[in-house]
Amino acid sequence: MTAVAFQRALDLVTRVRGVRGAMLVELGDGVVVAEHLMEGIKGPAVAALAASLANRLGRAMEAAGLGAGVYWHLQASEGALLAVPAASGILVVAVTEPEVNVGLVRLELLRAAQAVT
Amino acid sequence: MSTRAVEAWTLAPLKKFVSEAGVRLVLLMTPAGQVLAQHGFSRAMDVMAASALGAAIMASTGEIARQLSQPPFAALNHQGVRHGIFLAGVPTGRGTIVALVVYELDASSLGLVQLFFEELAADLDAASPKEAVPKQVLAADFERELTNSLNTLFGR
Repeated sequence: MTAVAFQRALDLVTRVRGVRGAMLVELGDGVVVAEHLMEGIKGPAVAALAASLANRLGRAMEAAGLGAGVYWHLQASEGALLAVPAASGILVVAVTEPEVNVGLVRLELLRAAQAVT
Repeated sequence: MSTRAVEAWTLAPLKKFVSEAGVRLVLLMTPAGQVLAQHGFSRAMDVMAASALGAAIMASTGEIARQLSQPPFAALNHQGVRHGIFLAGVPTGRGTIVALVVYELDASSLGLVQLFFEELAADLDAASPKEAVPKQVLAADFERELTNSLNTLFGR
């Protein structure tokens, strides 16, 4: 994968109306691989915390016998955080407005995850 | 796990960092290897060895940076199969403090350590006594001070 390919994968997500930013995060380390974020979003903080959360949720799901997690949607009062783990160990994360088309973002996150695998 | 400090102002920032980053071991020391605080160590010998090695690594990377005509490296991270080591300097009112952090890859991550280390650096700088003069490391009563520090660090 090249940096251009990573940016193309992020563009799939950020072109959706209401998406404030997208990131590719190394799931194990919680560090940013590539990002495309609006001003005011703390990329490294979101990456570290989202990866930690995804790791723990993944473990919880596996412990419950549900298999590996494929998609997480965390809704907050002023927006949402959505994440899809790719097979390559990269977590594709989107930060959105509250009124975003969640179905469309999910679709593009899954496409981006396939693109970075 | 115990958290103890020779310099009391380091204790609160260290406890907060340990709690938030979920790390296993932490040493705060001077660039010469004089320990100011520790979390998670159970034996004095481990602290002495870790502080000497941490200070030596900082000195080595600092010299590499100097030879490259660069400012000192901000941080060093080294990961193994189960654990990671994070080593970085923090400028404070008491001079530079070196932090040696050991984290388990199952419980924490480089991203989390980096994230909360920034807060630790800010907290240590804010808490450090600005007017105090750093002690001479190799003072005449070095051995007695070392023994006192180790006793403090292990609650003896």
